[in-house]
Amino acid sequence: MAKLEVEIEEIGEVSVQEALSLGLTAGDLLRMYRKLVELRLFENRVEQLYLYEARIQGTAHLYTGEEAIAVGVARAIEGFGYIVSHHRGHGHALAMGIPPKEVMAELFGKETGVVKGLGGSMHVAIDPKRGALWASAIVGSGIPIAAGAALALRYRGERGVVVGFFSDGAANTGAFHEGLNLASFWKLPVIFACENNQWGMSMPARKSVTCGRVAYRAAAYGMPGVIVDGNDVLSVYKATKEAADRALRGGGPTLIEFITYRLKGHGVYDKATYRPKGEVEEWEKRDPLPRFERKLIEAGITTEDRLKEIRDEVAREIEEAVKFAEESEVLRFDQLWEVIYA
Amino acid sequence: MSSGEERILTYAEAIREGLRQEMQRDQSVILMVEDIGAYGGAFKVTKGLLEEFGPERVRDTPISEIAIVGAAIGAAIMGLRPVAEIMYMDFLPIATEQLVIQAAKMRFSSGGKLKIPLVVRTQYSLGRAHAAQHSNFFPVWYMNVPGLKVVAPSTPYDAKGLIISSIRDDNPVLFIECAVLYYGVKGPVPEESYEIPIGVADVKRKGSDVTVVAVSRLVHEALKAAEELEKKGISVEVIDPRTLNPLDRKTIVESVKKTGRAIVAADDCKTGGVTAELAATIVEGAFDYLDAPVVRVASPDMPIPFSPSLENQYMRWAKDIVEAVESIV
Repeated sequence: MAKLEVEIEEIGEVSVQEALSLGLTAGDLLRMYRKLVELRLFENRVEQLYLYEARIQGTAHLYTGEEAIAVGVARAIEGFGYIVSHHRGHGHALAMGIPPKEVMAELFGKETGVVKGLGGSMHVAIDPKRGALWASAIVGSGIPIAAGAALALRYRGERGVVVGFFSDGAANTGAFHEGLNLASFWKLPVIFACENNQWGMSMPARKSVTCGRVAYRAAAYGMPGVIVDGNDVLSVYKATKEAADRALRGGGPTLIEFITYRLKGHGVYDKATYRPKGEVEEWEKRDPLPRFERKLIEAGITTEDRLKEIRDEVAREIEEAVKFAEESEVLRFDQLWEVIYA
Repeated sequence: MSSGEERILTYAEAIREGLRQEMQRDQSVILMVEDIGAYGGAFKVTKGLLEEFGPERVRDTPISEIAIVGAAIGAAIMGLRPVAEIMYMDFLPIATEQLVIQAAKMRFSSGGKLKIPLVVRTQYSLGRAHAAQHSNFFPVWYMNVPGLKVVAPSTPYDAKGLIISSIRDDNPVLFIECAVLYYGVKGPVPEESYEIPIGVADVKRKGSDVTVVAVSRLVHEALKAAEELEKKGISVEVIDPRTLNPLDRKTIVESVKKTGRAIVAADDCKTGGVTAELAATIVEGAFDYLDAPVVRVASPDMPIPFSPSLENQYMRWAKDIVEAVESIV
């Protein structure tokens, strides 16, 4: 019987020293820390606004716990990268440099929001001039779209790469399988970035991903598969940089499975009582923020006092974003007719 | 016309010429088609384009409708003008989420930041004995989608002008062809490039007693019916909407105000079909001018049978339009 060879590269924790050897500077590391804090405090504030202050309606899928992925990826593709996001996209938007006030105003449904209050929480990571191409709220559907964006880059001979974000749940959709196959068939400069946060709404990935690991599926489509500690921002950076370098050399797509954890429920109102007892506490020990803080201090990059200053600065910025959103206006209904067609 | 003599092309040749001229004019136009390579395209509409433009621009794809349309969307938001082909309209539902839930919403849901200059070409094969899964015409599923334009030409002249306009349009366009027309209909087509505006109907024949609004293949049946009815002293105006969304309601309503009678005809099923939208348009816009009820000529509400003689009975023909007209005149 013929056997499918599955070769998986595993990237575990990356030290500060190794990160510096990969081209990051101490300043870069502090900026990445600041971004991690921005993503975390933003989501904390959003959760409050929904649950305790009832100032935002609709739904929101919080990125809490997964911040290292967006931040590490965005840094690794800075200057030449594009992303296609999904419904859990606040972190993607912020990591790509969309200002928190624009993201917050979008959640409030205001015209100053990143998509004028027409998209809301599931469509915040859309700002082509910052490389955020589209955010699909249908699980898996962004995957072939990311491949097509990469086709445009290659067709025009542009130096660039597209990262298609999706989750463990999306890895079971038809769009995933068709999209990966087509990207491999055309050897496109695309990175399929699976944020395996262990849960597809209430379905555990350990059950739904029947071959055990999403990354194994790379073998079925003739591309490298990589498993990465998604709660270590430096591992994320290293893995993404490797995949991006390969894509830029003409080596085609890579499937990266970032192992992470959704610290909150599926949506902001989901108490996630279906999770086994103790699971959240286990993953909190691997929370990407304290982990990175410890590494930065131990490596002598910075001090606890400086990190606290950063956290305070960011907290003020998030409060300003809330104020900005609150004070902004809603689009007039008659203006909607102008945005249906180009 | 630049030359003195009229050039006659088939419907398929006219579409091919439109595609070729746009590809010559604009490097950003690329095609994604199943079986374009060794096979030459399932209906040979794209024949010769691979040889002329090469495999980077005329891209042979695996059988992956979701990925074909999805990748075309991705390329479009990055500024290319992809033309994707879905071989049969019956296969389009596989990729409908991409077309309807992704492409058609992108302009709106991005707050106007995105442009999606995408064309999805497809065809329906009613009349070719291809049975219930290779014959369907489903335009209303897509007419019901703001953000998506739907085009369904009936003549070679319209097909060429509309494929060119569709490619130049900055919005997603579903371009529905009809397979029995590919080589079954010929007509004059200028050699030079030209556009036919999307959203403008065409009066295919002037008349004064009754208006027949017909779509795609049934335009030709309506014209045959009009010939026959003329012999009986009934003057029929035939209107081809050419594009179904946006629909040129004004031209239809103005015609019915003049004639006072209307037949609406299309190759999809009657319930919730194109004819329902056309009839409603007439009732809303010209109710006070109607001297008789609007009559629909549509396919029966059943799956399409294979057996050629049964399919023939399933389909609507000139005689059905004649009968419908005679029932209200």
